Parts: sequence; C-alpha cells; structure tokens
Amino acid sequence: MAVDKETVRKVARLARIAEPEDRLEPLAEEISGILGWIEQLNEVDVEGVEAMASTVDVSLAMRADALQKGPTGGSQPDNVVANAPKTQDHFFVVPKVVE
Amino acid sequence: MTDIIDLSLADLRDALKDKKISAAETADAYLARIDAAKELNVVITLTADKARAMAKASDEKLSRGEGGALEGVPLGIKDLYCTEGVLTTAGSHILDGFKPRYESTVTSNLWRDGAVMLGKLNMDEFAMGSSNETSYYGPVVSPWRREGDETPLTPGGSSGGSAASVAARLCAGATATDTGGSIRQPASLTGTVGVKPTYGRCSRWGIAAFASSLDQAGPITRDVRDAAIMMRSMAGYDAKDSTSIDRPVPDYEAVLGQSVKGLKIGVPKEYRLDGMPDKIEKLWAEGVAWMKDAGCEIVDISLPMTKYALPVYYIVAPAEASSNLARYDGVKFGHRAKDYDDILSMYETTRAEGFGDEVKRRVLIGTYVLSAGYYDAYYLRAQKVRKKIFDEFTEAYKKVDLILTPSTPSAAFGLGEKDGDPVQMYLNDIFTVTANLAGLPGASVPAGLDAQGLPLGLQLLARPFDEETLFKGMHVLEQAAGFDARPDEWWE
Repeated sequence: MAVDKETVRKVARLARIAEPEDRLEPLAEEISGILGWIEQLNEVDVEGVEAMASTVDVSLAMRADALQKGPTGGSQPDNVVANAPKTQDHFFVVPKVVE
Repeated sequence: MTDIIDLSLADLRDALKDKKISAAETADAYLARIDAAKELNVVITLTADKARAMAKASDEKLSRGEGGALEGVPLGIKDLYCTEGVLTTAGSHILDGFKPRYESTVTSNLWRDGAVMLGKLNMDEFAMGSSNETSYYGPVVSPWRREGDETPLTPGGSSGGSAASVAARLCAGATATDTGGSIRQPASLTGTVGVKPTYGRCSRWGIAAFASSLDQAGPITRDVRDAAIMMRSMAGYDAKDSTSIDRPVPDYEAVLGQSVKGLKIGVPKEYRLDGMPDKIEKLWAEGVAWMKDAGCEIVDISLPMTKYALPVYYIVAPAEASSNLARYDGVKFGHRAKDYDDILSMYETTRAEGFGDEVKRRVLIGTYVLSAGYYDAYYLRAQKVRKKIFDEFTEAYKKVDLILTPSTPSAAFGLGEKDGDPVQMYLNDIFTVTANLAGLPGASVPAGLDAQGLPLGLQLLARPFDEETLFKGMHVLEQAAGFDARPDEWWE
C-alpha cells in the first residue's frame, strides 16, 4: 500500500513529531518502499492462526498489593523529578494546557 | 607475564583472585588503552573515576579473600543500560543530560559480582541500526580493516561499541542487547563471541526499551568461556520485569568441553541465500563438518517461514518502539526544545530535534501500522506470521538439539556504503532476527576470515532455556575453528 504525503502528515501528527513540509514527500517514498517490501506477508496463509504478542508462555506473576521498596517504590519525589527539564515543587512544568 | 589487556576475562579473573595482579593496575591498563583508541569512537561516557574507585574496592575484597565471580574485572556497558548517576544516552540526542537515579538489574548483578565499569559504550540510536551509523555520537569505527585498505568499516550494530571495544581489547568484556541481531551481528563482524539468551533469561528492567517482546540482554566477549562467565552473572529472575522467568541459572562455564556426541544439529536450507559470498557458504560447510567430527549427527531441516521473518520484524519492532518511545516528550527527562507555542508544539519540536532519521522513520511506521484501519492488515497479520515462525522452530526442535547457520550474509562493510536504501541495511539481520521473534537463545562464534581478511561468524540456535547445550556447541565450534586473528592496531 503506497503512503502519500497527506498520510505522512497525519501519522507524524499522531506520533508527535514535527516533520517539515519538504520532508513529507521523501518520507512518503521511503515508507512506501519499506511497506512494499513488507507486503510479501500477504502470501502467507494465516487462516485460523492465533496472533502472538509474546514468546513467554506464562501468565504474568501476581504480587502483593503493597507499596514497593526500592526504585520502583513510592515516597521519592526528588528522584522522580531529578531529570526533568523544568520543575517546581516536585511538579513537572509544561506550557499552559487549559485556558 | 602476559600484558594485562591480553588476558582473557577468565584468565584475568583467575590472576586477580590469585593476587598476581591488582584490580587497580588492571583498571589503569584498560583506561590507558581506551584513551589511546579515541579514533574508534567506542565510548560515549568514560567513567575513569568510578572505575578506579570500584577497582580499589575490589582490591580490598580480594585481599580479604572475599571477591565475587567477576571481582576486579573491567567491563564496558552498552549505553542502553541505565547506570545510577552516570549519563545514559541510548545513543540519542533526546536523552541529553539523563542521569538515572537507579541501576539496571543486569548491571546491578555485574557489580554485585565485583565487576568494574570502565564506561558507557556507543551504539545505534535506541538500538535501531545494524552499522552504528544512527548514533547521535557518530559511528563506531571497527578496529578491523580490509587487507591493504584503510576504508573505515562498520563494527556492525546496534551493539557496535561493545563489539569494537572487545575486539580492540579496550575492556575484558561488554554488555550488549539484541532485538533483531544487535549482539550476534556485530560479534560476527568483529571476530568476537556474542550471546543472545532466551527471552526472559536476563531482566530488561532499567534497559531503555526498544521492542519489549524482542529485546534481550547478553554479553559480547573474546571467547566462549568469557561469555559463559558473564552470562551467569547477568542472568536471573527479577520481579521488576514481568517477563523475567524464574528458573535457576546454571553454571554455563561448567559445561564447556563436555561431549556433544549424539547431539543432532539442524542445518536449514532456507539460510542459503542467492548471492551470498562463497566464503560464507564454505565456512558454514566447515562448521557442519566440525560438529560432525565431534560426534554430532547432522540433520537437514526446512524452515520455510524464514523469508518472512524480517518483514514481520519491521512491523512488530516499530510498532512496539512507537509505543515505548512515546515517553520521550521533553517533560520527564532529557532534551526539551527551546522554541514552541503550546504543549503540542513542545512535544512535536522536542521529538523532531531529539530523534534521528532512522528512529523517526521507525516511529512513523509503527504509528502507521497500529493506526485505525491498518492494524489488522499489518500488525495483526505480522503477529500471526510470527506465531507460524515460532511453531516452525518448535517442530524443528523435536528433531534437532541445535541449529547451525551463518551469523551474517556478508562481512563488515564500509561506513556510508549502505546508507541509501533502508531495506538493504535491514537485510543484515536476516539470519539473526528469527531467534528474537521466536524468543530462542542464539550465539555467534568467530569461525574464519573472508578473502579480504575480515572476520565471519557462525550462529548456533538452541531450544528455549537450553543455553547449556548452546554453550557446549559454541565451545566445539571455537575449538575446531581455532580463530586467533586480531586486527592490526592502526589506531595506537
């Protein structure tokens, strides 16, 4: 399936990547090339085959519903915001979202 | 005695334990060697002070006779592993300044056993690449060159910094990760040993995620014994990774040298490609003969789904990546654009500035194949073909114990030689990607040189969680191949 410039514009918006106008056409060509190569999958008979998302054949482990200790635990706001570009009082600061 | 840097990881471990050398002098020897190899561009962040401090602590432990399994052994760490307080970039501009407040489980395991960190190693951006050319920090240059030719070559990717630093003896061993071949392909191209364990064997916690159902950590080392030693420390159950498997970790080193008599070795005809260099075919046939000489039975097998593995991969991996990389938005860590109007343009500009072309391409493809109207045609179909690939291996392993193939369809190529068509670059992983899709353990062992003097590897694949048989087979290949070539040290 060939992807056109408008589709790239839409997908780039969904992916939250600003693509300049002059990149849309080349990207459409590159992505169409890759998808064209991928389309050989249409030759495969997948009737009745179950879709596989993981090779691990076990159900996910349950754990106690309790606050974890260590790096995945709570009560460490300093660590949580330590790497943020902009913070204030343990909050992430972003441009105004609600008018 | 031999120069410190020429000792294998196993010999270095023993020499440290016997106090023939100190961890401090070992760390210094490697740091000096790294300093003299800047042209190779293998290191993103050198952690010299940390290495010296860790070595000092190791010497204190060793003097009390308390050293761990890797006490005082200096390692390089792929920059995809989060290291506490140490810049972690994943080879990307978007992680500028990111110093994790936590340590990945696999590196924690290595430090627990006494290993010393030399630095963070260069890699393709977010492990997306097969030549190291997508790194924001510039490509790693392979220590290997074609005979009589100074063209800079790729060390492979994405773990190119890991493979090149091991090949150039800038560390005793290195961590790496493999999503479609990123351990085995660079190992093959640099004459080193690379092991991708079974999915679930090593914890993925604290390793920047690329494609979560495919990513797996593993070692790149100079020889098979070294890989066995590193694997034992790296592997193990971790409650913080929901796909980690709770199984005992065997002593992989203990199986080396054990007989492989009676093992059945599968040779899949679909791994014979048109246009593959004669030397690779010949080496593969030699590998088959070596296994036969060791008492194995050779079984011709057929894996007809092989040709669909890469197309499946280039739907599944970008789909998972587009989701995993959504977290890089300029809010929680890393780079944030300077100029924007509102929150949406902040996200879009940050990501446009922070990601390189290959990462953007894959995020866009992933977003597209998961979007409404295309999900069934691409993503769901790919998952079904993936199941057929998985089933095909399950059937094959009813008849054979190991599968032997070439590791790569060609030797190392020149930097910049394949930057035109992305699909040509993707084809590098044609022999390795099946193991990721099926979750199988696989390894590349150096087996010979091509006509231009460049290394080539052979790949062994095993049943899930049967790394012991894998290591036995690797050891047989290594012994028979007697690979002892080394790159000329032109960078010194």
